[in-house]
Amino acid sequence: MTFSDMMNIGLMQGFAGLSLFSVLLLMGLGLAIIFGQMGVINMAHGEFMTIGAYTIFAISHLTESFAPHLMGAYFPFAIAVAFVVAFFVGWGVEWAFIRHLYKRPLDTLLATWGLSLGMQQIFRSTFGPKEVSPTLPDWLMGSWSPAEGLDIPLNGLFVMALSVFVTCGVLIALYKSRWGLRVRATVANRTMANATGINTKRTDRLTFAIGCGIAGVAGAAFTTIGSTGPTSGGLYIVDAFLVVTFGGAASLLGTVVSAFGIAQTQSVTEFFMSGSNAKVLTLSAIVVILMLRPQGLFASKVRR
Amino acid sequence: MTPFKHWLDRTGMGSVLLLALLLIVVFPLCLDLFRLNLVGKYLCYAFVALGLVMLWGYGGVLSLGQGVFFGLGGYGMAMFLKLEASDPVTTKIQSTPGIPDFMDWNQLTALPMWWEPFRSFPLTLLLVLVVPTLIAFVIGFAMFKRRVGGVYFAIITQAIALILTVLIIGQQGYTGGVNGMTDLKTLLGWDTRTNSAKYILYFVSVGLLLGSIVLCTWIQKSKLGTLLLAMRDKEDRVRFSGYDVSMFRVFAFCLAALLSAVGGAMFTLQVGFMSPSLVGIVPSIEMVIFAAVGGRMSLVGAVYGALLVNFGKTYFSESFPDLWLFLMAAMFIGVVLGFPEGLAGLYTNKVKPWWQRRMAARKATPPAVVPKRAEPVATTEPGALPPGISSQQT
Amino acid sequence: MSRDHVPTPKFQQRRRLLQGAAALSMSGVAGLALAQQFPTAKVNTTKLAVTDTEVVVGQLHSATGTMAISETGSIQAEQLAIDQINAMGGVLGRKIRVIKEDGASDWPTFAEKSKKLLVNDRVAAVFGCWTSASRKAVLPIFEKENGMLYYPTFYEGLEQSKNVIYTGQEATQQILWGLDWASKEKKAKTYFLVGSDYIWPRTSMKIGRKHIENVLKTKVVGEEYYPLGHTNFNSLINKIKVAKPDVIFAAVVGGSNVAFYKQLKAAGVTADKQFLLTISVTEDEVLGIGGENMAGFYSSMKYFQSLDNPNNKKFVEAFRAKYGKDAVIGDVTQAGYLGPWLWKAAVEKAGSFDVDKIAAASAGIELKTAPEGYVKVHENHHLWSKTRIGQAQKDGQFKVVAESPELIQPDPFPKGYQ
Repeated sequence: MTFSDMMNIGLMQGFAGLSLFSVLLLMGLGLAIIFGQMGVINMAHGEFMTIGAYTIFAISHLTESFAPHLMGAYFPFAIAVAFVVAFFVGWGVEWAFIRHLYKRPLDTLLATWGLSLGMQQIFRSTFGPKEVSPTLPDWLMGSWSPAEGLDIPLNGLFVMALSVFVTCGVLIALYKSRWGLRVRATVANRTMANATGINTKRTDRLTFAIGCGIAGVAGAAFTTIGSTGPTSGGLYIVDAFLVVTFGGAASLLGTVVSAFGIAQTQSVTEFFMSGSNAKVLTLSAIVVILMLRPQGLFASKVRR
Repeated sequence: MTPFKHWLDRTGMGSVLLLALLLIVVFPLCLDLFRLNLVGKYLCYAFVALGLVMLWGYGGVLSLGQGVFFGLGGYGMAMFLKLEASDPVTTKIQSTPGIPDFMDWNQLTALPMWWEPFRSFPLTLLLVLVVPTLIAFVIGFAMFKRRVGGVYFAIITQAIALILTVLIIGQQGYTGGVNGMTDLKTLLGWDTRTNSAKYILYFVSVGLLLGSIVLCTWIQKSKLGTLLLAMRDKEDRVRFSGYDVSMFRVFAFCLAALLSAVGGAMFTLQVGFMSPSLVGIVPSIEMVIFAAVGGRMSLVGAVYGALLVNFGKTYFSESFPDLWLFLMAAMFIGVVLGFPEGLAGLYTNKVKPWWQRRMAARKATPPAVVPKRAEPVATTEPGALPPGISSQQT
Repeated sequence: MSRDHVPTPKFQQRRRLLQGAAALSMSGVAGLALAQQFPTAKVNTTKLAVTDTEVVVGQLHSATGTMAISETGSIQAEQLAIDQINAMGGVLGRKIRVIKEDGASDWPTFAEKSKKLLVNDRVAAVFGCWTSASRKAVLPIFEKENGMLYYPTFYEGLEQSKNVIYTGQEATQQILWGLDWASKEKKAKTYFLVGSDYIWPRTSMKIGRKHIENVLKTKVVGEEYYPLGHTNFNSLINKIKVAKPDVIFAAVVGGSNVAFYKQLKAAGVTADKQFLLTISVTEDEVLGIGGENMAGFYSSMKYFQSLDNPNNKKFVEAFRAKYGKDAVIGDVTQAGYLGPWLWKAAVEKAGSFDVDKIAAASAGIELKTAPEGYVKVHENHHLWSKTRIGQAQKDGQFKVVAESPELIQPDPFPKGYQ
């Protein structure tokens, strides 16, 4: 094992950590917005990700059947569609029941869990119980080799770029747009926000829908990594929640930092011990730290 | 009213007696052994639901990880039964006779030290009761002292359920992994799989369940119960009155853990195996729904909830497997949106007043007003909260 | 009606006679006549659900839950076999009626449903289970209630029961010959073992490791296990790149498969650069993984859909006719198909539906019409079968590149490998 080999492995391992980080970040971002800004626990978040994934699958299927020459280009378009679909479903869900449950966070938990069960069954009835995979465009396959022995998977790079893009988008929207202003006002003091004329109900709905839309994008990104089945959402939900809780629910920066920390811990420990042990170790570390500092890494300075 | 009826009303024992009648007399007479065994299994889940009524309905703390304690109790009992079923004579075809079969497949050559205590039944019983309670104490202490409650607590309990599941599956040499511990035959020489054994185990479960209900009702009616309710609704005031809120919460959590562990142990005895699929997040959330459907404030309701949902699961998954998940979803959503106090709430809010009105009308006595007495807080009726005050912590 | 599928029955003469005699529904008349040859009181002394015209069997698979993906094929194949048997007149003149139960990918539910099938419904046989966990959960019930289970999945061995017929391969059949072939083909000196973390991959790798080290006298340079459902294999792939093995030997199961092979491809680990042999990928899995991600890698199974023999051609045709022309058939699906046929043969040989008699009669039964070619039931209730190596193709099928010259004897308790 030459030195350059070790460097390469180190770099690739570091990249693996970054790759996991961007995955966790995408998952956690939508949830952080919904949970952090609105205090709503959405146990169906994983299913919104699955909506995004199935949307990609459906579009890939359609493109293959009707417009095969567009295969190279459909992916970014499909991601946008995934966002839109998840957005509208989220909008509908919020209108249908979440808005009745704002004062009852534990009940939202149960209701959204029920929703996730229903959504899983809808997926199963529509797409079948077998797992499906979209046909990915060629430019996403394979790896980039800047140096001999150093292979960076292209889809990892794509997911990373996507998460950076989405995170920046969310941050800009939250801090520079009128919507962001309304959201921050509602979070800080709902009554006053209402008094100043902000329609908090619509803001909430929009926020929830955007959070779900981001989940859809996350799901779309995951199709490059794994397959999609009706129960795929359940795989990600606990990790997403831990990322958000660990970071401090009210803080987006917290989500970023916690996703990074968890990803690196998991990656590094995975390299040195078995997969299951690494997972147990990471989870236990998170739980212990949460027990010592339950508000998460970046606690909100606002009295709720 | 006769003194007996008065006593029934005061202590809320009426519904308990009705339940006892149903479980002890009606079910054994009407159901065949197969279905009765199923009811026995559902009653084990009812233990967890009871714990949740105390913890969630009264204490205001939602735990989504009760499967952990159910599993700890269940695995403890399973370890004892497995050791008993793995005596050197029965296991002589293994590479290492005398140890459980899954250890053999994983090339373990000797029983790990921490399995040894489970050779003795009294010690097993002790561990089944003490270990989950102790773990609940540690977790509860760490969380409640720091005033972690509500949503955060729920998520952390989920994480703990996940950790335990991954741990059990990963360490399959020690725990049987994803297969769980199967092939459990005898308890202290008594074959648990015979028909008579099933009857006996059923009645033991019923006895333990009714005993637990009586215990919990006693707690509810005592000052402790009132304090729990007060803490649930207005934590700060209780704290300002000088009570250590966190220790009360820890108590409720430990009680729930103890009940779940007992349920787990009885489950292993009745069903004959234990598996990590009963420990994780999904079963833990299902156990919450049993309590929610039955009425999170009502102990007896929790039992009915557990029975109803599980019956539904068995019948619907047989006849309409596709429809079943939709029904479950509807149940979750409906219980939360439509009738948050569950069946018990339906009963006390709608059925009972209607019945009382009819009885009064029949008696044709002047103003047939059933004295709407100020119900003591610790009865099976949910205290009516003024609107705008949420019964949950945010 | 294809007469060719029928294993040589003892009463061929009588059947021909009836065939000539009746012009109407031959099957019905033949059936009735056979039923009269085998009065219910004689063929059913253990109060199974058998009448003069009908015999009830159970099917216990996961129609919902995470395992539904894998078990759908078995459900379909078993149903096809039963339909074909019924079209030929049924078993001992009785039509087969199936009670379908859903295990919902939950082992306790499997246990409960199996109890229902055996105790309440008194079925004559059960075709079911897929994962070892579900089989282990139901085994005590089958042994106590004396039922008969036909289990189709390739599994880790270390089990043998009078109440189970294992129609899939056990680990030594799948692994040993495959490893021998890989080492010769690739002149391999180093192996990297990868699997999902539960009993089947672990036991398979244990056997594989002993074989690699003791028999092939080569080295294992890495052994890694990941939890079921795990999807992030970047660290693992890096470890593999560090170790640079000649052969990757994989037993990754379920959804993790898709992530694993996709990420392998994304990391540039393709078949032209790295030799990979797996024991857990069939045509069903490739459907989810995508043929282009698996192309060039090898799989060791006893059956591939592309097997070139007349039995298989008929089987694939019949399967496609019933379930769609895009249907894929994997090893477990085919093993599921064998179940009802083996049961029918055992019942006819024993002349009875009683489980004890069937269990005793099963050993030695041959099925010359099996799509995989030929199988024979061993005394240990497993099947003699050949093992093949298939190379995954872009279109999702496998090209059979090697076949064991002889039938491999099933050995669930291999000496020296435990």
